[in-house]
Amino acid sequence: MFPEEVLEHVFSFLNSHTDRNTASLVCKSWYEMERWCRKRVFIGNCYAVNPRVVIRRFPEVKSVELKGKPHFADFNLVPEGWGGYVYPWIVEIARAYPWLEEIRLKRMVVTDECLEIVAKSFRNFRVLVLESCEGFSTDGLAAVAANCRNLRVLDLRECEVEELSGHWLSHFPDSFTSLESLNMACLGSEVSFSALERLVARSPNLKTLRLNRTVPIEKLSTLLQRAPQLVDFGTGAYSAEIRQDVYSRLADAFSRSKNLKSLSGFWDVTPAYLPAIYSVCSQLTSLNLSYAATRSPDLTKIVSQCYNLQRLVVLDYIEDTGLNTVSMSCKDLRELVVFPSDPFVGEVDVLLTEQGLVSVSQGCSKLQSVLYFCHQMSNSALISISKNRPNLTCFRLCIIEPRVPDYVTHEPLDVGFGSIVENCKQLTRLSMSGLLTDRVFEYIGTHAKNLDMLSIAFAGDSDLGLHHVLSGCDSLRKLEIRDCPFGDKALLANASKLEKMRSLWMSSCLVSFGACKLLGQKMPGLNVEVIDERENVNSLPEYVPVEKVYIYRTVSGQRFDTPDFVRIMGKDKDDLYNLS
Amino acid sequence: MSSETSTVTSEPPPTTADTELTLRLPGESQKSEAKSTKRRFSDLTDLKLGGNDESDTECSVVTRSTPAKERVVGWPPVRSHRKNMMKKDCKYVKVAVDGAPYLRKVDLELYSGYQQLLCGFEHLFSCFTIRNVLNERKLMDPVNGMEYVPTYEDKEGDWMLVGDVPWMMFVESCKRIRLMKNSEAVNGSELLEKC
Repeated sequence: MFPEEVLEHVFSFLNSHTDRNTASLVCKSWYEMERWCRKRVFIGNCYAVNPRVVIRRFPEVKSVELKGKPHFADFNLVPEGWGGYVYPWIVEIARAYPWLEEIRLKRMVVTDECLEIVAKSFRNFRVLVLESCEGFSTDGLAAVAANCRNLRVLDLRECEVEELSGHWLSHFPDSFTSLESLNMACLGSEVSFSALERLVARSPNLKTLRLNRTVPIEKLSTLLQRAPQLVDFGTGAYSAEIRQDVYSRLADAFSRSKNLKSLSGFWDVTPAYLPAIYSVCSQLTSLNLSYAATRSPDLTKIVSQCYNLQRLVVLDYIEDTGLNTVSMSCKDLRELVVFPSDPFVGEVDVLLTEQGLVSVSQGCSKLQSVLYFCHQMSNSALISISKNRPNLTCFRLCIIEPRVPDYVTHEPLDVGFGSIVENCKQLTRLSMSGLLTDRVFEYIGTHAKNLDMLSIAFAGDSDLGLHHVLSGCDSLRKLEIRDCPFGDKALLANASKLEKMRSLWMSSCLVSFGACKLLGQKMPGLNVEVIDERENVNSLPEYVPVEKVYIYRTVSGQRFDTPDFVRIMGKDKDDLYNLS
Repeated sequence: MSSETSTVTSEPPPTTADTELTLRLPGESQKSEAKSTKRRFSDLTDLKLGGNDESDTECSVVTRSTPAKERVVGWPPVRSHRKNMMKKDCKYVKVAVDGAPYLRKVDLELYSGYQQLLCGFEHLFSCFTIRNVLNERKLMDPVNGMEYVPTYEDKEGDWMLVGDVPWMMFVESCKRIRLMKNSEAVNGSELLEKC
């Protein structure tokens, strides 16, 4: 038995949550030791556990990370009012952790009151990251700005913020100089430029600055000059009438930004201003041009100079030719994201096909992560990709039209995706699209042993498909399914698997009310939430499929903040008595 | 399980075998049921070709170009945040009126055509009314009897007469608008000098 000091020292090297969790299971004394020195807590589902339970176990926490709504909330599949309120957590941690330094929230409802509590409760508060959150206004931001004297990071990623005024930024006091990272890209309101400039000027440690659309291109050079130490810069709207003096100043400012490694922003691009960034291209490891609605030649010219690029996010305007250039120029590429410029267009006038992805998979030997939207795919392309890049860890393919077959052979894409899971043995995340039968799920169940997250839409023929996945994917923790003919049998046959997963989402499938109730009754460790907005939902027979069901494991029992369209099944006392 | 045969549902009441919930491996029966449900699901998302007459006449231009394609909620999986950022659902352009001390701004996306835009000007500049002159609706100032001709600067920097090109093309290419007093609009050379 090691003395406590030694154990504590050893544990200080364990940084990942999984490692810490594993260590705590070794024996009682390790559990005790570990819980006293755990500084960072990550809770992947805010309804899986009560805040008080967390606080009781981990008394010395400095950093809390929470996630709320399921992933499909990003695509409007979770109705407004479903839940994910952070308030109860904020109240508890404000009371328990006065020295808390960091809060990271994803897909949660955060009110101004929450932000005010955060602003006033933690004397050494340093990091606030809100990703895909909603429910707060610029007033809440003002409270944070005014009160968090030691704030380092204010990162608002794709949040829905009620814009009352841009004045919030001016609430950072003149004595506030600790800012390292500011991401306000998702905000629509204009901030006082002079306040922004002064803030930048008095923040010597500022490494990340992501502006919002309202900061005009003419002002960028001023900010860049004030912060030559910047590593990550996001422009505002990158457009203006073409003026030589503005262009020259901007190009000059970029050329002096020797530390710049990441660029983003570029809304409403005026192509003539793009060459201003050429001087930094070879420094860049990350480039996000996914708001730059400009055509392939402009984009190609840029990427051809980005020799050190590791992450590229771009629109399909880049086309196959641009991706071919990427495959030849960006030899260090790890991650490729191609978004659709117009997701709803019937006619395709953008020449981005499966070929672009195949080229990149051939040329970029370090490619690990792909998110690709396109209109056509073939099994042979998928097979090529899988053979070129067996080191893929994340493969998300969205063929925009549902149920589209291999465009060459008109067969389902089973074999292609099967090849992906068979060859890419380290694959942890997979999203599929196109025409897929139960066969693809057989491949997945057989081969995808490291798969952690799987997204399925408009696929499969029967419950067998779901059964293959639930019974075969040993590492599966998150499964989200929409519009598939999967129903009760596979779900009930694999009920115990669900307790080993974080969550399962099924919408527009064939899971009945009765099966949900049965599952909720038999599995006390699961919350089976039926989300159904139909008016007559209470009078529907039990064999009728539910609109949506969200099943997640929990140690805190059912929640009590549900709206009327959410029913937690099988937990009523009556239901429990009816258990056979 | 209680029988609720009086409830409102279009589902045919299934047999007892169908409704029995057991912890049994899937694929053991009811393959035909799976197929029929699959058809039902494809009804929801497939093209409803040959829709009824009502929907045809109400079709907007956009719908006509993608015939009867129903948009599925949340598909393709692009975040609404991104969709909103990409959509140019705000196209504000400055509107200058000859003789007026300050400019106004209009959001062209709010209008569905030229006539609506004229109405918009009527509201914006209360001095205007729309008069019918020779079957054309024109902007007039009833006080001085002057006619104002809407002109606009396009992406290439040229000053054009509003109304020649299809509305969407105009919205796409318009950078700013100037309501010119009629005498000026007629005189081409002065038009160039004003730029």
